[in-house]
Amino acid sequence: MSDAATHSSPNTTRAVGVKVVGLRKSFNGQAVLKGIDLEVLPGEIFVIMGPSGSGKSVLLRHMIGLEEPDAGEILVDGQSIQSPELMDKYRLAMVFQSGALLNSLTVGENVGLYLTEHQLKPPQEIARIVTEKLELVGLKGTDDKFPSELSGGMKKRVAIARALVIDPQLILYDEPTSELDPLSAAVIAEEIASLKQRIAVTSVVVSHDREVAFGIADRIAVIHEGVIVAVGTPEEVRRNPDSIVQKFLNTNFNFHHRKT
Amino acid sequence: MFQNLGEMLLLFTRTLGSLPLLWRHRQKVFDQFFEIGNASLFMVCVLSFFIGGVIALLTGPVLVDHGVKDSIGGLVGIAICKELAPVMMSILIAGRIGSSMAAEIGSMRVYQEIDALRTMNINPIHYLVLPRLVSIAVGLPLLVIFSILVGWGGGALVADLNNKIGVDFRSFFANLRDTVRISDVANGLFKSFVFALVVGVVSCHQGLQTIGGPRGIGRSVTKAVVNCIVMIVILDYFLTRLLL
Repeated sequence: MSDAATHSSPNTTRAVGVKVVGLRKSFNGQAVLKGIDLEVLPGEIFVIMGPSGSGKSVLLRHMIGLEEPDAGEILVDGQSIQSPELMDKYRLAMVFQSGALLNSLTVGENVGLYLTEHQLKPPQEIARIVTEKLELVGLKGTDDKFPSELSGGMKKRVAIARALVIDPQLILYDEPTSELDPLSAAVIAEEIASLKQRIAVTSVVVSHDREVAFGIADRIAVIHEGVIVAVGTPEEVRRNPDSIVQKFLNTNFNFHHRKT
Repeated sequence: MFQNLGEMLLLFTRTLGSLPLLWRHRQKVFDQFFEIGNASLFMVCVLSFFIGGVIALLTGPVLVDHGVKDSIGGLVGIAICKELAPVMMSILIAGRIGSSMAAEIGSMRVYQEIDALRTMNINPIHYLVLPRLVSIAVGLPLLVIFSILVGWGGGALVADLNNKIGVDFRSFFANLRDTVRISDVANGLFKSFVFALVVGVVSCHQGLQTIGGPRGIGRSVTKAVVNCIVMIVILDYFLTRLLL
C-alpha cells in the first residue's frame, strides 16, 4: 500500500462493484469462510446479515484487503483487492464496529486525517470540510473533543464522517447500528440510505439488525457458518423457504410465557 | 527468534526506504522528539550524575593507594563516555520510551486504529514508525552528550569533595582533557545511535505484532523492553570490540 507521497487523488467519481469468488478463510485450523461467492453491484446498498460468529465481519475485512484469503479472490471493479495500486486508484472506506478512531487525535483531526495525510487540500479547506461532515452526522461543534469524551454512538457517527470525507466509491459498514439506541440507529440507517442519493457510492453493510437491513437494502445476503444461504432483494429473501433464513428472520423475543 | 529478527530487519529497511517522506511527517517527528526529551531529561541528569559519582568513589581510593590519583579524571572520563553513558542511557530510554512506543502502537493495533489507517491508504510504517525511529535516533545521542557532561561533573564533584580522594576540579578536568580524545566521545555517540535504532525498531515491531486485548499490550511492552536490553548488552560487546 503506498503512502501520501505517491498517492494521487483518484479522478473517478463512479461507484464501484465488488465480486467475491470462492473465498475461503480459516483461523487456527477453524474454517470461518467456506467458499463465499457473491457480487455487489455498483451503486447498490448490499446488506450482509447473519447471526454472530457467522463470518460477516471477516468477509467485510477481506473486501477492503485487511485479511488475506486462504483461497479465492476479491475483485473491486474487476481488479484484485491485493493489487498494490488498487488503493491509489479507488477511494474505499470502512466504518468499523468500534469506530476505530485514533485516540490520540481530536475528532476534527480524525475526520480530516485522510485529507491531511495525503495533503489533498489546504488546512482551511480541510477545516471547512470537517465541520461540514460533522454537521451532516449531527455532531457540530465536537471538533476539539477527543474520542474518549464521546459516547459509543457519537464515535460511530464520527467514524462515518471520517469515511464520508474520502468521498468513497465503496463504503463498508461493520455493524453500524449496534450499541446504538433505536433513535440513533435510525439516524445512521437514514444516513447510509441518503448517501446513495447524494453521491455515487456502493455500500456494503454488515448487520444483524433485521429492521435496518430490510429498511435500507437493495439486496441482502444471509450468511450462516461461513456459507451464503440466501441472496436477493429484501422481498426475495423474506420469501426464501430455507429453514435457516426463516429462523433467522422470524425469531422474536417472547417473554410472554414468563408472565402467565 | 530468527523470524522476529528477519521481520525487524524488514521493518528497518522499509522505514529507511520511507526516509524521503520525512519532511512530510516533520510535525510528528518534533512531537516524538519533545516526548523523548521531556520524559527523560531529568532522569538522565540524576542517573548520569550518580553514575559519575559512583565511578569516582569506587576508583578514587584505589588510585590513591597506588599513587596515581591524578589519573582519576581520565578514568572516569573514558568510562563514562565510551561505555556507561551510552549503555545506561539506552537502557533508560528502552524502559521509558521503548515501552511507551510498544504500548501506543500495540493499543492502536488491538483497537483497530492501524486497520483504520490502512483503509485510508495511510501506511502505518510511514505514519507511526518513521517519526519514532528518526526522533529516537537523533534524540538518544543528544541525551548521551548531556549524560556524558553531567556524569563527568558528578565524578569531578565526588573526587573533589571526598576526603579519601581529594582531587580538585582543575586537576580532574586537566587529566580528563589529556586522556579523553574526541574519538572516544564519538565512539560512545556511535554506540548510542546504534542502540537507538535497536530500541526504535524492536519497540515498534513489538507494538505492531500485538494481538489480544490489554493483556496482549502488556505482554508486548514487557517483551519490547526485555528484548531491547538484551540486544543492547549483546551489541555493546561487539561494538566495543569493533571500535577498540
